[in-house]
Amino acid sequence: MSNEQENRTTGKVNGIIANLVIVQAEGPFAQNEICYIVHNGVWLMAEVIKAQGELAYVQVFESTRGLKPGSTVEFTGHMLEVSLGPGLLSRNYDGLLNDLDTMTGIFLKRGEYTATLNTKKKWDFKPTAKPGDQVTAGDWLGEVDENGIAHRIMVPFKMEGNYTVKSVSQAGSYSPDEPIARLLDENDEQIVVTMIQRWPVKKAIKAYRNKPRPFKLLETGVRTIDTLNPMVEGGTGFIPGPFGSGKTVLQQAISKQAEADIVVMAACGERANEVVELFKEFPELEDPWTGRKLMERTTIIANTSNMPVAAREASVYSAMTIAEYYRSMGHKVLMLADSTSRWAQALREMSNRMEELPGPDAFPMDLPAIVSNFYARAGYVVLNNGETGSITFIGTVSPAGGNLKEPVTEATKKATRCFYALSQQRADSKRYPAIDPIDSYSKYLEYPELQKTLAETISPAWTGQVNQLKNIMLRGKEAAEQINILGDDSVSVDYHLTFWKSEVVDAVLLQQDAFDAIDARTPLQRQRYMVDLLLKIINAPLGFDGFEEVQPFYKKIIDKLRQMNYSEFESEQFLAFRKELDRMVAERTAVEV
Amino acid sequence: METKALQRIYTKIGQITKATCTLRATDVGYEELATVDGRPAQVVKIVGDNVTLQIFSGTEGIRTDAEVVFAGKPPTLKVGDELAGRFFNSFGDPIDGGPQIEGEEREIGGPSVNPVRRQQPSELIATGIAGIDLNNTLVTGQKIPFFADPDQPFNQVMAMVALRAEADKIILGGMGLTNDDYLFFKDIFENAGALHRIISFVNTTEDPPVERLLVPDMALTAAEYFAVDKKEKVLVLLTDMTLFADALSIVSNRMDQIPSKDSMPGSLYSDLARLYEKAVQFGDGGSITIIAVTTLSGGDITHAIPDNTGYITEGQLFLRRDTEIGKVVIDPFRSLSRLKQLVIGKKTRADHPQVMNAAIRLYADAANARTKLENGFDLTEYDKRTLDFAKEYAEKLLAIDVNMGTTEMLDTAWALFAKYFSPEEVAVKKELVEEYWK
Ligand SMILES: Nc1ncnc2c1ncn2[C@@H]1O[C@H](COP(=O)(O)OP(=O)(O)OP(=O)(O)O)[C@@H](O)[C@H]1O
Ligand SMILES: [Mg+2]
Repeated sequence: MSNEQENRTTGKVNGIIANLVIVQAEGPFAQNEICYIVHNGVWLMAEVIKAQGELAYVQVFESTRGLKPGSTVEFTGHMLEVSLGPGLLSRNYDGLLNDLDTMTGIFLKRGEYTATLNTKKKWDFKPTAKPGDQVTAGDWLGEVDENGIAHRIMVPFKMEGNYTVKSVSQAGSYSPDEPIARLLDENDEQIVVTMIQRWPVKKAIKAYRNKPRPFKLLETGVRTIDTLNPMVEGGTGFIPGPFGSGKTVLQQAISKQAEADIVVMAACGERANEVVELFKEFPELEDPWTGRKLMERTTIIANTSNMPVAAREASVYSAMTIAEYYRSMGHKVLMLADSTSRWAQALREMSNRMEELPGPDAFPMDLPAIVSNFYARAGYVVLNNGETGSITFIGTVSPAGGNLKEPVTEATKKATRCFYALSQQRADSKRYPAIDPIDSYSKYLEYPELQKTLAETISPAWTGQVNQLKNIMLRGKEAAEQINILGDDSVSVDYHLTFWKSEVVDAVLLQQDAFDAIDARTPLQRQRYMVDLLLKIINAPLGFDGFEEVQPFYKKIIDKLRQMNYSEFESEQFLAFRKELDRMVAERTAVEV
Repeated sequence: METKALQRIYTKIGQITKATCTLRATDVGYEELATVDGRPAQVVKIVGDNVTLQIFSGTEGIRTDAEVVFAGKPPTLKVGDELAGRFFNSFGDPIDGGPQIEGEEREIGGPSVNPVRRQQPSELIATGIAGIDLNNTLVTGQKIPFFADPDQPFNQVMAMVALRAEADKIILGGMGLTNDDYLFFKDIFENAGALHRIISFVNTTEDPPVERLLVPDMALTAAEYFAVDKKEKVLVLLTDMTLFADALSIVSNRMDQIPSKDSMPGSLYSDLARLYEKAVQFGDGGSITIIAVTTLSGGDITHAIPDNTGYITEGQLFLRRDTEIGKVVIDPFRSLSRLKQLVIGKKTRADHPQVMNAAIRLYADAANARTKLENGFDLTEYDKRTLDFAKEYAEKLLAIDVNMGTTEMLDTAWALFAKYFSPEEVAVKKELVEEYWK
């Protein structure tokens, strides 16, 4: 390490255009290398984004106000790296994984960087490898208990090739930076391993055997997702929608309710008050799966919109790296990023400043490639030891003007398998969550692997029922259009029936109040019950004497079903509503035929 | 700019464009202030010893031998309690004939609050306007704009909200204000006897448009002084942010930057967010609430300015003239307060969220009925009831001239429900119907 230090390149600031700084380097440097600009004794972190002869174009992760040409620049010899180790959970970080809680003062200070991991805290270590074991990067050497989650201590990902375990520390309490294992490489050189390792965030961690197609549903408790367009463990999806259509509320609902071991949330260029909500609520709220506090399984990465733009890009990569780290331990990780459009905009700002040839809407030409490489880091993997882990990744997209034909939406659509399109019209009429039931899709529903697990875990009829529901929505929309064109009384009663059946599905299954204690989360079991009930009502042969009778009848049905949604599952009240419904349907069936 | 001894003076300008001039100078800091032939300017680019200055009032008539004086510092504001009751221009200089402020000099556009030091907003702001208090409840620490066409009375509504809001300080940032509007604000604050808690930074239509880029930062620096140092509840009014954004686009166009949508700079989102995110609630009672105005052109919210604003702010209040009742209303469909759920049903009566949503749902049904009518179709009996409901709802609750407490608003809504509908049609929780249905 020390001779590396001596060889480090230095340089001088030559030009400043907002947060793009041009550095005259006095030696070699690398693309994406990190350097520090020394300004009045404060060290400002920056990343090389272009090299031209001896000039390094660097994006500074801080404000450049007051910076002068001639200031000293020190290159570090490495790319943007973060520390990985026990203690990442329950923390609030900025985009570069500085711990926000250990910073001083009310305001963020330029150049104040705090440690990602607390090295004072001791962890109870249990060895799982033994001397003589053959290991490679990512293999488990031991574990510590992090909030009830098995945090594996692994062979650092940076270590290429094969190693032999020489020794592993005995069970006991250790600081994260103490040696816990010694490995020998192929030349019998000894390598000391601690609980902490470093990794360059822009590189994917690939310490796994293979990445099979996902096949297991990831329950979110959001009915319109789980039932109609399911997400899977290791799947990818995105939520585009105009402002105020409910992207953040939906993502936060998923983060609270999803069946995940670990949740990594990246607030990327969004509102500070929204992360404050997480800071305040997550330590209080319970994980419905374990009963522990939500914060215990969560890491929050906050690069709010008033933080330096360059760190926005870093924030999503930092978050993905943490997700990959926990996946390598065999955990089910859920990663959420709100909003990936802000990250794309940060790329655009920089590309414009560098006067690069712009692509559509002035975004960089390679935006689609960047987006698709990023989503490709998610997935369900089989680790080298045969265990499995997954990263499910859902990002939001904020399309300019709400128009889905814009570069970020289009690039993301190609890179993901689930599309949860939020519709302005639904949001305006407060039909939340505003996921459009017709435009949205989950490609996973077509996977035979998933259909098989759904048949086994929910019911053999499930996929058929789901397709039936989708069909009801589609036909309901067509009927509504016809009624609008021709008028209520110029169409047959059947049109009204078709339309109102879709309204029942919409009101009871699709719409869900994220702020109601009971309605907010519907476990799969309950979703199945409601689907059975809905289809029973919809398929019952009901008779009406004219279209005027249709609406009042279905309004009553909807009201009762909604009351069920607000009641504790299978409670007395719930069952009473059910009984009433059965009676209403039976009466209506009896009237006619 | 009095300390002449430290100033560096240059008299040889190399290049002059519409908005900028470039000269060779050393030891200049990024964003430093300067004057060119007495006109205020700011460093926007440094390459080697070539320094590019943006001249706020434009470069017309600037000579290549004009005197360029560097101030050695970025824009600042002197803060102190004496700010109260005073009127300033974009540079923080008094325009009311009063003395200069003697106080601590602070850089404007300072650093952001560490998010973990923020408190979750929870204090309701009552305005008496049901379109706000009932449907789009405001909270201290929130940032929210009025979206309005230029002919709407947005400044009047904003002034009314400000005066009813019980803030310790009201800070007005006026950008491209007409002289008439400037005098309107002055009068209304004076008549309300509120002048001593008002501070104004004003760029009028008579001032160079680019100067207004400094106004929000001036206003927010003053706001931070009172909210952080004095732990006060501060309300910042920014009008009109569309004119602020227009000034941004003037600058970026003149500097040959690649425009993105609607000829706005690609950094518009970050430029606006940096300002709006100054809204904050602190734990010790201090807060900054921002109410802004974004004028629309022909109600188009997909234009880059309202669009980016909507993505940043915590909702928007959409003003619209309701032709049926002949009054300006706060449109319940396009309006939203995202922080309302922190207070409604908690600081207000428990039925608030459900009543609010039910009324808007029924109002939406009325909109559908109206479409049917316009297309020449017969209305059902239910359709007709929704139309009657909508009219009365607009008049009694949505119009901006109502002034009542939230409980009264809720009771009014229940009365309308009962007048026009059955409980099933309103579809709210059974417990609430049992308690409030009249
Ligand atoms: N499921 C829901 N139930 C009830 N209300 C909701 C729901 N989803 C959204 N809302 C309402 O819509 C508002 C806006 O939602 P949200 O903040 O999630 O929008 P967004 O799409 O993230 O907007 P932006 O792009 O501006 O961040 C919320 O504050 C809430 O009032
Ligand atoms: Mg959002």
